[in-house]
Amino acid sequence: MPQDRPPLRRSQPAARPEAAAHAHLRFIRETMARTGTFTAVPGWGGVAMGGTAVAAAWIAHQQPTVSAWLAVWAAEALIGFLIGLWATLLKARRSSAPVLSGQGRKFFLGLLPAVLVGVALTLAVYGFELDPTSKYDPRSIPVVSSLSLHLLPGIWLLCYGAGVAAAGTFSVRLVPMMGTAFMLIGAIALLAPSGWGDAFLALGFGGIHVVFGALIVRKHGG
Amino acid sequence: MAIRRTTRSTAASGVASGVPDLDPVIHQRVRLGIVSALAAGGATSFTDLKAVLELTDGNLSVHARKLEEAGYLRVTKSFVDRMPHTEFDLTDAGRAALASYLDQMEAVIQAARP
Repeated sequence: MPQDRPPLRRSQPAARPEAAAHAHLRFIRETMARTGTFTAVPGWGGVAMGGTAVAAAWIAHQQPTVSAWLAVWAAEALIGFLIGLWATLLKARRSSAPVLSGQGRKFFLGLLPAVLVGVALTLAVYGFELDPTSKYDPRSIPVVSSLSLHLLPGIWLLCYGAGVAAAGTFSVRLVPMMGTAFMLIGAIALLAPSGWGDAFLALGFGGIHVVFGALIVRKHGG
Repeated sequence: MAIRRTTRSTAASGVASGVPDLDPVIHQRVRLGIVSALAAGGATSFTDLKAVLELTDGNLSVHARKLEEAGYLRVTKSFVDRMPHTEFDLTDAGRAALASYLDQMEAVIQAARP
């Protein structure tokens, strides 16, 4: 006799307890990872990074050569990275939140490509465009070597801003807003008169980090 | 009738089938999410918690109230810039309940291993 409908099921198959336990543990882990990244954006770390950036801008402005100027900003980039990493780990540890898994990993991977583009462009400018021993005078950079050097602050701000904006999609709304602010300052820096680079870097890496860091402290904890 | 009752019972208890003595307060998925988020993030505002768990205002309020009544949750209400600000934090009892729940889940997995 042909069947025109599937046979009735007498009962639903029960979920295996161990599979359900695995599912619950996974849910807890994922929730914790999401919350960890959500709150582990370091506010005080941002303020500290901003402070060192303002100091770096002042020091860089005093340098006699292009090579020394670049060295100051490279050192500042390293110091800023270490402060950000330390502050993130500290905040995450305080709240027992995982950082290097789940959303935290996505945040880092979102930021990394844009930062690497900035490093590559800087190396290209340093290697092929500039004479490292040439005199660094932010007020009157020689016309021949001025173009690439003049563009670097804008490029750094744009690349960092693009990375923060992209990575910020996995975090609180303030973070992508901060990335956008960096990009805006970077775009203006590209069009600004030669010799304003250090001022824009102080405004961007200094001012924006301090302002948004303070906002994060206030709204999402230190 | 009997079939329907069995099905509903299985769905209601969810993963609890075969797992006795689970804390009914924390076993509910939304409340488990709230407790997990607070365990990871510490004191969290109503707005942040709602965004993390993708809940509505009403849903979060109802489940937070149940956790508060069970003594697992501490609620602090204040004003920030004249706006009401609600913050949740896990109590010691809440942390202990989550730890106990995790132990039970691990015990279930251990018991299933050959």
